[in-house]
Amino acid sequence: MDQANKFGFTINRSRLIDYDRSDRKVRDYVTLMEPSFRLCFACGGCAATCTAGYHKSFNLRRMNTLIRRGEIEPLREEVTRCMLCGKCLLVCPRGVNTRNVVAAAAAAIRKLDRNEL
Amino acid sequence: MKEALKHIVVAGGGVAGMEAAGALAEMGFRVTLVEKNNDPGGHLGRWHALFPDRRPADEVRHYLRKRIEHRNINVITGTTVEKIRHHGHEVAVDLSGGTEERADAVIMATGFDLFDARRKEEYGYGIYDNVITSAELEDLFNNGRIVKADGKEPARVGFIHCVGSRDEKVNNNHCSKVCCVTAVKQAIEVRKMIPSCEVFCFYMDMRMYGPYYEELYRESQEVHNVNFIRGKVSEASVNINNRLVIKVEDTLAGRPLKMELDLMVLMVGMEMSAPGAKCAAASGLPAGINRFLETADHHFGNNLSSMKGVFYAGTCTAPMNITDTISHARAAVEETVRYLNRR
Amino acid sequence: MNSELFIIPFNLGLYFILIYSVVRSTVWFRDLSRSDKLRLQRGFFGRPFMQSIREIFMESLLHRKIFRKNPVLGYMHMSLAFGWFLLIVFGTIEADFFGERHLNPPSHAIFFRWFNPGHGDTGFASVYNFWMDLLLAFILSGLLLAMIKRFIPGMMGMKKTTRHTWVDRLALISLWLIFPARLFAESFTCGANGSGSFLTGNLGATLASFLPAAQIAPWFWWLYSLALGTFFFLLPVSRYFHIPVELFLIFMRNSGITTGDRSSSYTEVQTHACSSCGVCISVCQMSYAAGIHNIQSAYFIKGLRNDRDISAITANCLMCGRCEEVCPVGIELGPMRLIERRQGERQDSIPGFLERYSLTRKRSTIERLPTQSYSYLEREDPARADVLFFAGCMTHLTPSVIAAMKKIMESAGVRYRFMDEKGGVCCGRPLMLAGRDREARELINHNSDIIWKSGAKILVTSCPICYKVFRESYYLEAQVMHHSEFMKNLIEEGSLRLGYLHRKVVYHDPCELGRGSGIYEDPRSVISYVAELQQATQEKNMSLCCGGSLGNLTLASGKRALIAADAAKILTQSSPDELITACPLCKKTFVQATDTKVSDIAELVAAALPEPARKARSRIRRMTARTLADG
Repeated sequence: MDQANKFGFTINRSRLIDYDRSDRKVRDYVTLMEPSFRLCFACGGCAATCTAGYHKSFNLRRMNTLIRRGEIEPLREEVTRCMLCGKCLLVCPRGVNTRNVVAAAAAAIRKLDRNEL
Repeated sequence: MKEALKHIVVAGGGVAGMEAAGALAEMGFRVTLVEKNNDPGGHLGRWHALFPDRRPADEVRHYLRKRIEHRNINVITGTTVEKIRHHGHEVAVDLSGGTEERADAVIMATGFDLFDARRKEEYGYGIYDNVITSAELEDLFNNGRIVKADGKEPARVGFIHCVGSRDEKVNNNHCSKVCCVTAVKQAIEVRKMIPSCEVFCFYMDMRMYGPYYEELYRESQEVHNVNFIRGKVSEASVNINNRLVIKVEDTLAGRPLKMELDLMVLMVGMEMSAPGAKCAAASGLPAGINRFLETADHHFGNNLSSMKGVFYAGTCTAPMNITDTISHARAAVEETVRYLNRR
Repeated sequence: MNSELFIIPFNLGLYFILIYSVVRSTVWFRDLSRSDKLRLQRGFFGRPFMQSIREIFMESLLHRKIFRKNPVLGYMHMSLAFGWFLLIVFGTIEADFFGERHLNPPSHAIFFRWFNPGHGDTGFASVYNFWMDLLLAFILSGLLLAMIKRFIPGMMGMKKTTRHTWVDRLALISLWLIFPARLFAESFTCGANGSGSFLTGNLGATLASFLPAAQIAPWFWWLYSLALGTFFFLLPVSRYFHIPVELFLIFMRNSGITTGDRSSSYTEVQTHACSSCGVCISVCQMSYAAGIHNIQSAYFIKGLRNDRDISAITANCLMCGRCEEVCPVGIELGPMRLIERRQGERQDSIPGFLERYSLTRKRSTIERLPTQSYSYLEREDPARADVLFFAGCMTHLTPSVIAAMKKIMESAGVRYRFMDEKGGVCCGRPLMLAGRDREARELINHNSDIIWKSGAKILVTSCPICYKVFRESYYLEAQVMHHSEFMKNLIEEGSLRLGYLHRKVVYHDPCELGRGSGIYEDPRSVISYVAELQQATQEKNMSLCCGGSLGNLTLASGKRALIAADAAKILTQSSPDELITACPLCKKTFVQATDTKVSDIAELVAAALPEPARKARSRIRRMTARTLADG
């Protein structure tokens, strides 16, 4: 709150996806590891069918969007919830290799934390 | 001596074929219209009302029927075109049943097939009672009553967009164009027939590309209270009360959503017609990746095939609505006449 | 004096390899777990010993398995291995019998002709000579085939042959030189002395007619010795190390040692026992159907041997198990790959030469941190039931299978509870296939808890993936049954009245059910009960993978489609009315790849039920009681 007041504008900053400042290393890594990541058109079929998402917040469609925007923080915990069951793989109308997107995202976040990206 | 009339075979008696045949006959050509069913009319024959203005399909059917009531037109029904080949200056057309027609030109108007919803097994078509296709809903409209399998009126109806379209899993990456607006039209009709019934459309993108389509979409919300949820339904099951349960993500809310439905309508898309594809393959006419016929040029040769004297009309080249089909058929007639005059 | 200097390279090589083998075996033995040590000791001094000797004779010398797979390739291996073996045995006898002394050093037998140039003109000696020439010719014929295989693999029915490192190439050259060198060495010596049988004698006489045979002969004896010595020295660092290691592997395997779930000296031995023969490459659908040529088991093992970062290779495998079925050495390729998948991220570490071939070196293992956590799952309190039906995640996308199972169980009067009707929790097998066993354990515990609480006697599942993990990794009181086994029981005890469908069908063995769990006959007998079962060209243990496998995390959908299309084409060669499978994933995959109708075995049986379904409620009680008694 102090920080926010000092600079005035920072209050709204967290609400904003500042695309020019966002870090897209994770997106680049995931795209490299799983090129079909780019094919998602956000239909939500994966999230609809998801076994894990039935129990707790885990949403591959949202994860895909957030990674593209460089918004990694909300994913840290979510990415660990996937059961790799593969239902999403059978549902995806774009043929995204969904399970590998999750694996690549998890690996990217680990690498990011170790400054390896 | 009077020159014999030039002869054109039109393969397919749907909207495109009937319009093309009518136009050619009017211009003084002799036309043989080959139709696989017992009556010309194509898919339109089944439809109750048309988008965007919900005009009765009968009006268009009547127009087309009049169009082919011409002494120059010979209609052969219950027959398909098996193969088209060159024979000297003429084109020889092999028909099912072993007969052959000689013509100066051929117009392929073999149209489309509706996607077989059984191929999308997770939606339960053919497994659960109350899963129907958009075409079957038109049957219900024609019967004047919308009922479930048990004969009762549904309290909640869901329309599932893009069934068999934009879906790699059924080898169809293309958009069928007309299903979005059809769903909106049908949703309105359901709401009008059963005012107490809740109606939901589950869509990936609303593709309201034609004149007054967007307005129809707006009207469905403003006047008819149709609900729209953005998300692809992943699967359907039935619960203990024999009510359908669908799973979808409400992508705008960002959460998975479960909903019970009394009636689920699958907006089945368009695919290249099987007899058309068979004929094209036998005749050496190339198909595109989407399996529709590949035209010579997407911009200036959209009615031209790779074979001299063979022209394309309507949805054998791509999904299109009735307006565009009629325009496309007229353009095919123009190309055909130009070809015949030049020869 | 017989001590010619040229025998030195051979002697050095021979004693080096003998000492190396003893030390290496000792180190491997030392590194075994205590129980495996005990197994090996028991195996060595017990019945398995004779079994191992027999296997060594049949496989390492005669190469029976390769023979069955490909007679030409089998002949090639047999002529080289068995021929060389016979040459050594009869050479030793020859030296002992015809030589000046008995009990000669090995070099004396190997270079016998040099030491006895005029030997073998008459009587028994000439017959023996003929035999020795015949053996040499036998080996040379195999060598010729080996050369053809290397340069024109297609001629041997091989789709691809393995690529070599420079050490392998050097070893290969020295191996290839051994027998031609011997041929010419013996021929020149025979030519100079007017001796020798049909091969060495005739060739020698011809050569001697225009060449100074006596002067040339020593050069070839040197070449022969150098080739042998070089080969022995390179043996431990080349692919040919597999020859001695395979003997050790045979003893270990026959003693009952298995791969287990972590690296050990058994995995080391298996790694070195691979001959890179490439049979695994030929059967790999990823190779011939999807055009991916660098991930096959031979390359995987090679990467292990050379301590490369093979994580991409390790991950990119369908885990269908076809390669393991055909591996002539019997390496447990599936478990080996899973062990590697359990490893953490690894850097490509290229070790120095000495480090690489140090006796004590093992592939470094890296602890993988858990990536998933399912602590969010809440415990459930299920209702009690005798029979529990677990459809599985995938089956929820094939509702016709669920509908068929419901119909069948109702018709048979089975009182069951549908465990995951509202969507359950994954069985854990996909996680295990990805090498995440620890995380899988969380899901296994969750599901086990539900199954135990339900008090079920029988757990039926429609998914072979679930079936395998239920059977192998769950601790349950309930008997686990795949729905094909369950239906077979219902039919046999008379609970299901079925009509006969006049349909010709082909059955596809799902990987996890067939090779994975050994269930081949139950589905077939169920199908034969209701329809005409046609044979597929590739079935049972050599059944194809549909391409949809969850065992591969990285394979792109386009490549999967290629595999599916190829498999579907082969399966529907006989134009059946229906393609039957017993796995929802196979069904979903094949539907996309063929115009033939694809059904699950449950759908086929449900279609054979008379309408309306008659109930036979009492019968299931009998069955449950019997299962209880069996348990």
